[in-house]
Amino acid sequence: MAKLHVSTTINGEPTEFLCEPYETMLDVLRDGLGLTGSKEGCGSGDCGACSITLDNRLVCSCLMLAAEAEGHEINTIEGMAKGENLQPLQQKFLEMAALQCGICTPGMLVAAKSLLEHNPNPTETEVRYWLAGNLCRCTGYDKIVRAVMDTAEEMRGAAQ
Amino acid sequence: MTDIQYVAPNTLDEAVGAFAAAGDDARVLAGGTDLLVQMRSGMVEPGLIVDIKQVAELTSVEETADGGFIVGAAVSGAVLEEHPRFGQVWPGVLEALNLIGSTQVQGRASAGGNLCNGSPAADSVPAMYAAGAIVTVQGPNGSRQMPVEEFPVGPGKTNLAPGEMLVSFTLPPRPPASSDAYLRMIPRTEMDIAVVGVGVSLTLEDGVCTAARVGLGAVAPTVLLVDAAAEALIGSTLDDAALDAAAAACSAACNPIDDKRGTIAYRTKVAGVLLKRTATIAADRAKGA
Repeated sequence: MAKLHVSTTINGEPTEFLCEPYETMLDVLRDGLGLTGSKEGCGSGDCGACSITLDNRLVCSCLMLAAEAEGHEINTIEGMAKGENLQPLQQKFLEMAALQCGICTPGMLVAAKSLLEHNPNPTETEVRYWLAGNLCRCTGYDKIVRAVMDTAEEMRGAAQ
Repeated sequence: MTDIQYVAPNTLDEAVGAFAAAGDDARVLAGGTDLLVQMRSGMVEPGLIVDIKQVAELTSVEETADGGFIVGAAVSGAVLEEHPRFGQVWPGVLEALNLIGSTQVQGRASAGGNLCNGSPAADSVPAMYAAGAIVTVQGPNGSRQMPVEEFPVGPGKTNLAPGEMLVSFTLPPRPPASSDAYLRMIPRTEMDIAVVGVGVSLTLEDGVCTAARVGLGAVAPTVLLVDAAAEALIGSTLDDAALDAAAAACSAACNPIDDKRGTIAYRTKVAGVLLKRTATIAADRAKGA
């Protein structure tokens, strides 16, 4: 069986790749394109470590076939910082020690960025529900939630 | 998994044609939140994957001229939530669909997939029963419609004939002072499978319930439409006696399994408790509508 040819956009860059029909987007990001920031925790959509956005909608890349990327826009953790300039959530996660081992962090950041784009002023409850699909074994979540709340406040201040 | 094929047709006829031609080997891909997990675990090894998300009828939400809605089978929970009107008219259907999985899963998972997966604990299905949804399916011999409660026939089993796929849900127009609600019992606050799920849709006139439907999930081999509970509500002011009678009807309808999520006795009791709470929420919404 011939591989499928897929034309898509990844982090703003027009990208083409070949994939097997059964390969997931996560397989292709990591193994085909070398974008290893997205992690595979469970492979079944439970842990959120592989979170990306597809046309600005938060999804698990392990639950998406790579072939489905045809004609769509993908954004991954690799697109979050602009060169040396960290995105505010990334900076805040560092400052507030909102990570320990780091495996969940790319997914947490991608999910949190998506939240703040949908809702710049979330309550703590809204943050916790939005991130309920991102599992972390280290932090107990509190530092992550506080970092997201703090970033949201700063970004609202900067926007005024 | 080396001889698998993937197609993403642009029309419903092409999708049905490809799906039917491939026989038992074919699987429909909507949100993929069940299919990809099943493929990964080796539960299914499809020869052909038909991605239906390029087909307009399957991915759109249409409000009809009479005030009903047609929801494509592949519409995700997130897309339905963003619809400006749907959640006002059918808050119970929407809250049921939006209870499924995480934000990430909501971005993909559809009511159509939830129904076709055939789980007795599917959250959106009791709400669709309560809403009186009609499902449209299409196969090689054309399309047909049936009440949603005729679609599941057992755990993982549906009324789809070979080569048929689910196209859409049609929700009827709403009389004034009508609303719906869905509640489920889970041992935690998020990200779990229903121990019991109850959907109630009702209409009030001068405080009296004039129409009601009750869907009950996770307590039998399929989701149940509980006519006896609806009859207990109709004609009442949803007073304690009526709610008690409807709750007893829900408990009587239960034929649950005993498992780690809940015992038979627990599920049976909770079915009645949830009926009362769900009917009360639906009534409060109907009064506000």
